[in-house]
Amino acid sequence: MTFNYVITDEVGIHARPAGLLVKAAKEVGSKVTVSCNGKSAEATKLMALMSLGVKKGMEVTVTVEGDNEAVDGETMKKFFEENL
Amino acid sequence: MQKVNGKSIFKGIAIGRILYYSKEQQQVKRLRVENTEAEVARYEAAREAAVKQLGELYDKALAEVGEMNAQVFEVHQMMLEDEDYNDSIYNIIRQQEVNAEYAVATTADNFSDMFANMDDEYFKARAIDIKDISERVVTILQGKSTGSDIGDEPVIIVAEDLAPSETVQMDKTKLLSFVTRLGSSNSHTAILARTMNIPALIGVEIDEAWDGKMAIVDGYTGTLYLEPDDELIEEMKKKLQEDIEKRELLQTLKGKENVTKSGRAIKLYANIGNVSDLASVLQNDASGIGLFRSEFLYLESKDYPTEDEQFLAYKQVAETLAGKKVIIRTLDIGADKQVDYFNMEHEDNPAMGYRAIRICLSQPEIFKTQLRAIFRASAYGNIAVMYPMIISVEEVKQIKQIVEEVKKELDDAGIKYGDVEQGIMIETPAAVMISDLLAEEVDFFSIGTNDLTQYTLAIDRQNAKLDTFYNSHHEAVLRMIKLVVDNAHVANIWAGICGELGADTSLTDTFLDMGVDELSVSPNMILPIRKVIREHE
Repeated sequence: MTFNYVITDEVGIHARPAGLLVKAAKEVGSKVTVSCNGKSAEATKLMALMSLGVKKGMEVTVTVEGDNEAVDGETMKKFFEENL
Repeated sequence: MQKVNGKSIFKGIAIGRILYYSKEQQQVKRLRVENTEAEVARYEAAREAAVKQLGELYDKALAEVGEMNAQVFEVHQMMLEDEDYNDSIYNIIRQQEVNAEYAVATTADNFSDMFANMDDEYFKARAIDIKDISERVVTILQGKSTGSDIGDEPVIIVAEDLAPSETVQMDKTKLLSFVTRLGSSNSHTAILARTMNIPALIGVEIDEAWDGKMAIVDGYTGTLYLEPDDELIEEMKKKLQEDIEKRELLQTLKGKENVTKSGRAIKLYANIGNVSDLASVLQNDASGIGLFRSEFLYLESKDYPTEDEQFLAYKQVAETLAGKKVIIRTLDIGADKQVDYFNMEHEDNPAMGYRAIRICLSQPEIFKTQLRAIFRASAYGNIAVMYPMIISVEEVKQIKQIVEEVKKELDDAGIKYGDVEQGIMIETPAAVMISDLLAEEVDFFSIGTNDLTQYTLAIDRQNAKLDTFYNSHHEAVLRMIKLVVDNAHVANIWAGICGELGADTSLTDTFLDMGVDELSVSPNMILPIRKVIREHE
């Protein structure tokens, strides 16, 4: 499953929320990918995520792939809404 | 003698030799290795050691400078565990058959370049983080010590800027003062200096040639004197001695009771604005918290803080104070403190607008969430609650009605809560004039002198043009305080002061004469006020 999300965090996907995202993505079984501006990064990779340079107001596309992607997708959606 | 100016971070005097502190350039050689797997294992051990060190730094920083400043070390740990970063190091060791130091340094260069080339200032700055963590690993691989060694003699540290990992690692007993070119008054270095009570200057045009020279840092004026003459040294030594004596005297007041000579006990509490202020409350030996501003929960959040989030913060404070009184002031947002998600309309006169208890009574669901959190936390300590910006008895009755509803909900859910004293802030002239009626309804009064003065004198404190008209000791305000205290005592409740005037030592005697029962002040003013109380007849 795939969803789009517009970042509301003041500094964007910066170090601390990126760290939280890595933790969250490692907890779900599915493969989570974040894309923005034609670049993409696996959500389990901190530096790759940060190197996307996602700032406030940018739209990211989150792809969740796996046997349990419906449930994991909802988990990730909730994570973005709460933390980013 | 040369004089250089900067911005002072902490008032105090330091006299000593300058140590010009600059980062040592790491030398890394490219060496061929036979057994690449052994080299990988060597890297992994060094990485583990680095992660452990960062964990220790986190704990140290948490204790000394609070969670917000400690978080950087947690992020550094995560960076060291990053998959791409590690894969790159493994690859270089295995493919090129080289030593771990070289693999780490090369990876650090590549990754930091990637960040340095980004167009956003925030992300650019992460290049420094990568260098910092990589240097830590290389230092461990080279078997060197990672401490920021500043020698055995106490020194004035002069540096471009200091990274959090550097400041936290320095031996605090050898640090007389910090002088840096960069940094802001809210930077890590600045907060550290304040926490440790050492004079510090920022924004100083420093020079490497100062290394080893005698100097004086005067934190009262923000001046650095290089190679001072004997006369100045003598003068500053005297000032320093006075400072030390003052501090020692205050230290002797620790653990002493807040009792006047005639035996009257005064509640001497601390004002705090965040859970991170707890350390200074304990260090300064406050008897409780007289004003716990709950706004930080709302200001630091992107949406309404949940009941659980609030509960955890209140519980932590109640538990830390271990049975000492903790007075939580309910939400005082509006006026100068705005939050996006409250979607408040623009007001021409926000100081007299939709704020504090007015929001809570108009949007009771926000209020109830906070009250539930406060009452739940009251099972873990001695919690009291107070309501800001009250102008009528009606408001107090409405609040009490809502509190009863909250208690009933908790009872129905089988959730325990303690015996919570309820009080109000007296910060409007209206509340002063009807304080006799209000006293019948509540357990205590806390006088907020900042707003009370502003409303009484009709002077906006933000307006610098009015400074000449402003008199913080205005007789009108002092008479109001007396009236409030008298009315409280008629109804057998206590009255205190939690505004800035409460910390004004030139007024402490006046307040004690009026019969004020409680003073709540910023943590660093606890001991100076205790001194005045103990000398009061």
